[in-house]
Amino acid sequence: MLVPLSYYLTLSAILFTIGVFGIFLNRKNVIIILMSIELMLLAVNLNLVAFSAHLQDMVGQVFVMFTLTVAAAEVAIGLAILVIYFRNRGSIEIDDVSVMKG
Amino acid sequence: MLGNLLLIDIHTAFPEIYLALASMALLLYGVFRGDGKAEEVCRLAVILLLGGIYFVYQNQTQNALAFNGLFKLDGFSSYLKILCLSASILTLMISVNYLKLQNSLRFEFPVLVMLATLGMMMMVSANDLISVYIAVELQSLSLYVLAAIRRDTYKSTEAGLKYFILGALSSGMLLYGMSLVYGFSGTTNFDSLAVVFESGTLHIGIVVGLVFMIAALAFKISGAPFHMWTPDVYEGAPTPITAFFAVGPKVAAIGLFIRVMMDPFADLIGQWQQVIILISIASMVVGAFGAIAQTNIKRLLAYSSIGHMGYALIGLATGTEEGIRGIIIYMTLYLAMSIGAFAIIIAMRKSDRVVENISDLAGLSKSHPMMAMAMAIFMFSMAGIPPLAGFLGKLYVFLSAVEAGLYGLAVIGVLSSVVAAYYYIRIIKVMYFDESSEMIDRNRPGVLNTVIAGSSLFTVGFFLYPSPIIAAAGVAANSFFDIL
Repeated sequence: MLVPLSYYLTLSAILFTIGVFGIFLNRKNVIIILMSIELMLLAVNLNLVAFSAHLQDMVGQVFVMFTLTVAAAEVAIGLAILVIYFRNRGSIEIDDVSVMKG
Repeated sequence: MLGNLLLIDIHTAFPEIYLALASMALLLYGVFRGDGKAEEVCRLAVILLLGGIYFVYQNQTQNALAFNGLFKLDGFSSYLKILCLSASILTLMISVNYLKLQNSLRFEFPVLVMLATLGMMMMVSANDLISVYIAVELQSLSLYVLAAIRRDTYKSTEAGLKYFILGALSSGMLLYGMSLVYGFSGTTNFDSLAVVFESGTLHIGIVVGLVFMIAALAFKISGAPFHMWTPDVYEGAPTPITAFFAVGPKVAAIGLFIRVMMDPFADLIGQWQQVIILISIASMVVGAFGAIAQTNIKRLLAYSSIGHMGYALIGLATGTEEGIRGIIIYMTLYLAMSIGAFAIIIAMRKSDRVVENISDLAGLSKSHPMMAMAMAIFMFSMAGIPPLAGFLGKLYVFLSAVEAGLYGLAVIGVLSSVVAAYYYIRIIKVMYFDESSEMIDRNRPGVLNTVIAGSSLFTVGFFLYPSPIIAAAGVAANSFFDIL
């Protein structure tokens, strides 16, 4: 039984939306934002793989390899910035990330 | 056969390959010499970047595709590469002394600037969705680290964190848009995409993907309503880094924006023109009104840069050769004005403390008449007072809008530049008519003076002899309309 393309696209759109809402609605912790970013990127990967299989075209899967690699680097940098932020501030609550405003 | 092809590819992308190798070599050198030699690493980086300009200049005569169409070399990319490299060189020159006094000059700084520059050069040369993504990320990841480079201060780390989160969000949106465009057109290559869209049948998925991509690119150039990270990041990051953010990445991102809109999606102008016009108007208005209440000069320049991006986008909204040429000229002049203004902010220190408030400029005309005059030139130029460079930049963009029949856009542009003139002229008023209690320090390094003098001379003198830059920008803009 073949799963139609639209199922994959719907799932990935839902995951992507959850990721975006996770960034904007979450008022607690910066780590959750990092997880949401990861969720967004993985939703895109699902999209790309589904399209790649549907189109019988390898480019999408090559793209996923690049995305995965870059996402890993991105999270590494994000966590590093978070660690130095924590050292200075002593907390990673989102409401504290507001020394500058206006 | 294969070896020969690879050689041609390497030749086409030689400036980038050279810069990648050079930055890695510089990283090794920095690691072995340690932080004590950071100044030397900075100087080496300037020399290596100058070498990059030389190679770009050598390579500019040919139009070529490399690496199976992933990478494109044309007049447009060569011109913007030279701009990006110059921005990085000027930033490095004005930042060494500042960072040394702040005790935060590390050898990683020039290396990161070089890697970001490499990303920018690849951005303007990208000819495939995959290479766009890789280039944008190479640039952004370096910039996140640069924003947080003063890792012992609240503000810098907070700026890094904010920049990272919103940058990652925009990368996610860019990717999502790309995946939809790929899925509904079946290719990621710009030339093949253009062929697909020529036929006219358009799936709604492509339009959705295109809107996602435009939103993400607007994030990168800090166009309203995707500008919210800009003031915070500009204020929090150390001033030289802010100067870098204000020029290099902006030039590259707007180059990428033009490339994406004019190369693969040129035939869909009916779909994206309205969106660009909206972003352009919103940016001009936000840039004009947001800056009025600011007291911190870096925040003010952040809003000013949002406004400038709005003006530049007018040229893109026209989708004509004149419009693109207008943007390229605008970005060149914007680079000179911004670097000059930031060089003056870098020189703002009182009893060896860094000061960043507009009121700290009070009395500058008495204590530092030359510096005050240079700042007045930059502010008048940014406000668009003739005959300074900023006026000519705006003139070309507005002219192209009028020629394309976008009268409303041109009128809103002129009106918002009148509003923006208020806060530019307020700075001049503070410098010339307000009394100050404490003078700004006199000891400035010579290189800072050179950059200030050079960019103010350029800003003043541009109208006397504009033809080389206008001709070069014309050639660069032509590469989108000339069939290879």
